[in-house]
Amino acid sequence: MNPRAYCTKFWANTASRYSQCARLIFTQVKKLFSFSFALLAFFFSTFSSAKTIELLNVSYDPTREFYADLNPAFAAHWKAKTGDTLIVKQSHGGSGKQARGVIDGLQADVVTLALAADIDALHEHAQLIPRDWQKRLPYNASPYTSTIVFLVRKGNPKAIKDWGDLVKPGVLVITPNPKTSGGARWNYLAAWAYARRHKGSEADAQKFVGSLYKNVPVLDSGARGSTTTFAQRGIGDVLLAWENEAHLARKEFHAEGYEIIVPSLSILAEPPVCVVDKNVKKKATQAVAQAYLEYLFSNEAQHIAVRHFFRPSSPAIALKYAQHFPQLELVSIDAEFGGWTQAQKTHFADGGVFDQIYAR
Amino acid sequence: MSLLRKQHSVLPGFGLSLGFTLAYLGLIVLVPLSAAFLKTAGMSWADFVAAVASPRVMAAYRLSFFASLAAASVNAFFGLIVAWVLVRYAFPGKRIVDALVDLPFALPTAVAGIALTAIYAKNGWVGQWLEPHGVKIAFTEIGVFVALTFIGLPFVVRTLQPVLEELQPEIEEAAASLGANRWQTISRVLLPELFPALLTGFALSFARALGEYGSVVFISGNMPMRTEIVPLLIITKLEQYDYRGATAIAVVMLTASFGLLLLINLIQKWSRRHHRV
Amino acid sequence: MAVVVTSTFVKPRLMAEAPLRATQDPRWVRWLLTGTALVFLAFFLLLPLVAVFGEALRRGLGAYFAAVGDADALASVKLTLIAALISVPANVVFGVAAAWCIAKYSFRGKSLLITLIDLPFAVSPVISGLIYVLVFGAQGWLGPWLIEHDVKIIFAVPGIVLATTFVTFPFVARELIPLMQAQGSEEEYAAITLGANGWQAFWRVTLPNIKWGLLYGVILCNARAMGEFGAVSVVSGHIRGETNTMPLHVEILYNEYNFVGAFAVASLLALLALVTLVLKSIVEWRHAQAHAA
Repeated sequence: MNPRAYCTKFWANTASRYSQCARLIFTQVKKLFSFSFALLAFFFSTFSSAKTIELLNVSYDPTREFYADLNPAFAAHWKAKTGDTLIVKQSHGGSGKQARGVIDGLQADVVTLALAADIDALHEHAQLIPRDWQKRLPYNASPYTSTIVFLVRKGNPKAIKDWGDLVKPGVLVITPNPKTSGGARWNYLAAWAYARRHKGSEADAQKFVGSLYKNVPVLDSGARGSTTTFAQRGIGDVLLAWENEAHLARKEFHAEGYEIIVPSLSILAEPPVCVVDKNVKKKATQAVAQAYLEYLFSNEAQHIAVRHFFRPSSPAIALKYAQHFPQLELVSIDAEFGGWTQAQKTHFADGGVFDQIYAR
Repeated sequence: MSLLRKQHSVLPGFGLSLGFTLAYLGLIVLVPLSAAFLKTAGMSWADFVAAVASPRVMAAYRLSFFASLAAASVNAFFGLIVAWVLVRYAFPGKRIVDALVDLPFALPTAVAGIALTAIYAKNGWVGQWLEPHGVKIAFTEIGVFVALTFIGLPFVVRTLQPVLEELQPEIEEAAASLGANRWQTISRVLLPELFPALLTGFALSFARALGEYGSVVFISGNMPMRTEIVPLLIITKLEQYDYRGATAIAVVMLTASFGLLLLINLIQKWSRRHHRV
Repeated sequence: MAVVVTSTFVKPRLMAEAPLRATQDPRWVRWLLTGTALVFLAFFLLLPLVAVFGEALRRGLGAYFAAVGDADALASVKLTLIAALISVPANVVFGVAAAWCIAKYSFRGKSLLITLIDLPFAVSPVISGLIYVLVFGAQGWLGPWLIEHDVKIIFAVPGIVLATTFVTFPFVARELIPLMQAQGSEEEYAAITLGANGWQAFWRVTLPNIKWGLLYGVILCNARAMGEFGAVSVVSGHIRGETNTMPLHVEILYNEYNFVGAFAVASLLALLALVTLVLKSIVEWRHAQAHAA
């Protein structure tokens, strides 16, 4: 067929039909546009109408429930004191990722992260805070502490009592990847500290931790992913977890009857808090941000921390709830590993001890 | 050929459309991507090699490459069948099946990963039947392959579908009237016509699989040297505030996928010319 | 039957209902192919979908609607729609322009241009977020200037829109290019010869011809815009009720062990994709109606 002749006929026949369809599509598109602008206007209006004070607390994963409880309490406290209405916005995620967000411009008034190293990074990479930030609040700027414990299945079928049981053949250990999860680094270091105490040398400790990770079938990217793998997927015999997370998991999955095992020795985790000086200066929220963090150390807040299974930093409150928190030997990262910067470099940096464990 | 070029000049709008295309491409894609290259350019050669060629990264390249290749091949084969069936045959529930094809795009990758893990883990719907026979899918390389197949499927189907719908039945009728049987018509007439679109679908699904992160981390188990994918290593670099190391790996991946896509686009151009002449 | 024959020319869809002999496959081939396609889709697509809805409805409809109606969930729906409503039209305009210049003209470097358009597919979502941080972040190229002038790009809506636009950048163009190349330019020439100008040729001839491809492109682009997780996650800042899109909200709920809530919001995303497909069917149907009249 002659294409030109065909096309001429085709063009004449179909143009009118198509223009109708095209018109239909384009009225729809036009409607979509006007709708999107209306939505946009609505969206921005909700921002500008807010006249109350806002704080942004950038935090790590396991503190969601704690701050959800604490923020209204502080808002009430602040209203009674100053008459201002306060809204605390929360952002949660992996500790390192959150720190990177703040470094890259996330306008956090306060950061409440999993490890001091992540807050140190705010000084090192962006000078958002002074070097001695940890001295500005009591107890190393950590309103509560925690430690690493074991969560086992109902009745503890593999009879797991201490770290030594984790390297036995046939015991499957669930822990996240220390390269991507802050909590997993605490797990790793706790195991290391135990090994050094009981086996002696660094080389033996490395061997011990190596055989522990031989028993790990899955390395999730985050702590809560590991909990899900253990509890939902039914994989593994023991989950290494923050004490508060283990309690939360027991509560959330109460039907399964998981048990918490407290080892003989573990690590003292001090998740610190800090005002981000540069941001609060710009946003003129210095006073309220400072008051917010100081409030974390008040009796009221310490009680809320206990409710969420964090160990209170205040000695008086800790004494009062001593029976809630089993006693065990706790080693600190500064005494045992020479601080976070050193531990990170030796163990978790590329080519570090953790990588050597998996190198072939 | 000269006739063709003369005809081309008849249509207006070349300058406008090309100008807009280049400007938008530059603004949204090229300028931000150049940031990654410039970040990497600040590294010394030794650092760069250390970042992108350590054994761990090499193992991850291998996994990402072969799992993506397998996933894209499976998608190309079954995607062609799915597209053909959706365009040519009538069966009950066809519209629903058609709608399903977009699912991998609509589901956030993390949800896809979680859902697939729930299905293929040892207590999952499918996993509980496979695990007793020694077939493990979740937390192995096969799991990575399954996730990558899932996310890449719409690329093949949706690239083929409009081309199939536009195929003029006259061609097939002509072939049939010239004595070709159905199989000859398909293999000699239809497949060459579909080949460019199929290749595009394959390439896109492959390229997409190489970079995929969200769905894979849930199902792969992230074991170093075994089931770690390349994007996960980028994340671990970022965890150490090593932006340069992270962008270095990204640049290697980008260059590789760019080369691959370019190759496929050139093959396609060649095949189209070959086919036309 | 004759009517159908000519109509298949414009609307091959009808073919399926009244196939011609020359284009008809033997029954067993049809059954085999349909069966293969359905089994494959059942394993790779239907099963995950059923899993999502199964988990979402595990505690009943009440829990489902409570999760979907939650204020934070609604805020995330709003943000997701805004991001899609800006990025999809932008990419449609781009896609049509790009396909027009690539399919209708021959010029040097065309393969390079197509490859550059493909590139965002190949960029890991992790990286596509990161590059915007490198440009707009506080430590990035424009960061200091933006902070000085109090312009928020990343960790705010514009950043989310940008990341979404990047990730969905090639969809429409990629859908249209092979289609327009396969169609050639003869009809446009005919229109021009008959006295139409360029715009008329485009609106009256090209657009109707590419409408299915365009529609698929829009559907894909939209689905992906709503479902994007990795890139948006990097630039969002995760501020609850403010910069969380639906996929990010799903992650939050999942991390709170609220599995029902997480899958409920995820199922909403799947439903949104189905809605676009329903819209497509309506357009097809309206078209068939207009055609029959």
